[in-house]
Amino acid sequence: MELKPLHIVGALLVDGDTPRPGSLLVADGRIAAIDPTDIPDGAETVDARGQWLAPGIIDLGVFATDKPAFHFGGITRAALMPDNGPLDGAGLVERAAKGGKPDLWVHPLAAATKGLAGTELAEIGLMKQAGARAIATGRARITDSGVMRRVLAYAASLGLVTIIHAEDEGLTAGAVATDGEMATRLGLASAPAIAEAIAIARDLALVEETGAPVHFRQVTTARGLDLIRAAKAKGLPVLCGITPAHLLLSDTAIGDFRTFARLSPPLRSEDDRHACLAAIADGTIDILASGHDPRGPEDKRLPFAEALPGMAGAETLLALGLGLVRDGHISPGRLFELLAATPACLLGVDAGKLAVGKEADLILVDEGTPWQVDAKKMAAWAGNTPFDGMPVQGRATMMWKGGLRIR
Amino acid sequence: MTSSTLRPASDYPPGGDAFRHRHLIGIAQLTPWEISYVLDAAEEWVDLNRSGAAKHDDRLAGLTIINAFFENSTRTLLSFEIAGKRLGADVVNMHAAQSSVKKGETLIDTAMTLNAMRADAMVIRHGSSGAVQLIADKVDCPVLNAGDGRHEHPTQALLDALTIRRRLGRVEGLTIAICGDVLHSRVARSNILALTLLGNEVRVVAPPTLTPPAIDRMHVTTFTDMDEGIKDADVVMMLRLQNERMDGAYLPSAREYHALYGLTPKRLEKAKPDAIVMHPGPMNRGVEIDSSVADDPVRSTITEQVEMGVAVRMACLDILTRRKRGVVGWN
Repeated sequence: MELKPLHIVGALLVDGDTPRPGSLLVADGRIAAIDPTDIPDGAETVDARGQWLAPGIIDLGVFATDKPAFHFGGITRAALMPDNGPLDGAGLVERAAKGGKPDLWVHPLAAATKGLAGTELAEIGLMKQAGARAIATGRARITDSGVMRRVLAYAASLGLVTIIHAEDEGLTAGAVATDGEMATRLGLASAPAIAEAIAIARDLALVEETGAPVHFRQVTTARGLDLIRAAKAKGLPVLCGITPAHLLLSDTAIGDFRTFARLSPPLRSEDDRHACLAAIADGTIDILASGHDPRGPEDKRLPFAEALPGMAGAETLLALGLGLVRDGHISPGRLFELLAATPACLLGVDAGKLAVGKEADLILVDEGTPWQVDAKKMAAWAGNTPFDGMPVQGRATMMWKGGLRIR
Repeated sequence: MTSSTLRPASDYPPGGDAFRHRHLIGIAQLTPWEISYVLDAAEEWVDLNRSGAAKHDDRLAGLTIINAFFENSTRTLLSFEIAGKRLGADVVNMHAAQSSVKKGETLIDTAMTLNAMRADAMVIRHGSSGAVQLIADKVDCPVLNAGDGRHEHPTQALLDALTIRRRLGRVEGLTIAICGDVLHSRVARSNILALTLLGNEVRVVAPPTLTPPAIDRMHVTTFTDMDEGIKDADVVMMLRLQNERMDGAYLPSAREYHALYGLTPKRLEKAKPDAIVMHPGPMNRGVEIDSSVADDPVRSTITEQVEMGVAVRMACLDILTRRKRGVVGWN
């Protein structure tokens, strides 16, 4: 299909710290020029009318291919966690990669071990050939340190990053909340927050030994972040991420047994939440993701401890990220590094930035429009958001994937 | 602190304002004067229950109360059943073991089914914290929490407060030690809330493995040494130790637990000379409490607690159905 060149004018380009007035030319599905002077004949012109023009969001670590939610949220690429399936074979990976066509990139994350059981290496090389962009341990970590060491070394030899869930299962067994006044008052089984730091410490030691690159998908505690900070200072190949929930909510959100606030890892103390905000401001946290995990009433309309963890986060990711900008924690440029550039780098895809030659996955963002999160009216196939009722600002108004308008 | 909690416990407002709740889910929602109101109401039922042969008061005649117990119980279920019947209500018991819950029906579906049967009150026990609130949000009648997970067991705390008040003449300004498996105990949580709210010094005495995290935030002081913890206490409240806690995960053995935390006559000497000994039952004799202590008619209040349980539950059923019955001042 022949695409007409696309000329987006009147935009505020998010290609530096602060959005600046400019225009952008797309040809053959890629960014052909920034602030172009020569416009090819027949180019389609779109007037952004002062909205932000930013790279499409690359949502690293979702649990479902939920296209309506991703499109609402300005997400052009989603890296799919291997848990459903699980994605532990080349055929499964290939099929998952096609799950978003034609208007969404799905990048499957291969299961690190067969059946995600944490005992035997999965066919990581074959899955890479089938389109896997990284490997992941899934919703839990690999308990056996010997297996984990072999997984890291093997994935590294194939040039793949290992995406890790960091919680010590001995401490978290049976727990549905973080130790603290709230869990105790509600009578919920809880685990100490150090379960995260203990798991991170082990894996950092293995990283130091193997040299394998890793990404801790969610680091949510002060002590965990301190370890990451120290590892980065040593020059270890370590990235870490977070979702808006752990930046904006603490365990008080589980009061009244609100199962939409049951997450994995569980919501933490206010002190840990503030440490997360500091870590996103100082650059310790590299990636902001939605953790999109839609759960229907059969999973959530249950007593708290029986409900499954997870939140539908894709639709609120951009607006809550813009909130971090408005509150002065990060700059607009840094927001899109967290949402697009760094995830692109991790996955090895040629996108995520407004730069000549990159794939033209683009969004227009009306950063000021106020709206209210409403669990009952979500585009996602389930409305399990812990932010129900929250007033937010900003949304994606137009999207292109490879220069093709999809919204 | 809100103005309502500053109101003296004994001074409750008239009519329906004296107890403004549709349900009884937990002590956490109550004010001191609401607790006193229930206790004062229960006193009258104690008198009726003790009076001769005819123990009936038919004010709940024609009303249906469903006792839905999703977790096994003998004494609490029986206590609620007797309370309902003494008030003249039609009482139906539903045991989860014999119900569709075992067939995979969700809790909400079960609640909606019970609701469609038009009960006038439901008494619910469930093994999961928050489950009773979940049901209360979905049904049209008052719901009484008969215990949800580790969360709350409000009628137990009320009957304990009534027992203390009758034995010691007051339930304020006392030193009360709650001893044992506090971590897994809803009785402990409800009692901590009620007794601190009424102005007592509450201590939690437990091995570290059975002490809830951040429990000091509930305005208690914690002890791991039993002798220290019950020193000069007015009330020693023992908790039941579930058998499954003694298998090595939380405690090395029942024998060791008895040696360190069991309430023996010698250990009880550390408490005040007239201190009372409480236990919500059922007891593990020889584990958390020695028989000679449990059976001491002067110190032990264990059978009196059972008696107060019926009176408190009658009071709660009466109060929570007043709006439905159109009692003057309760609309």
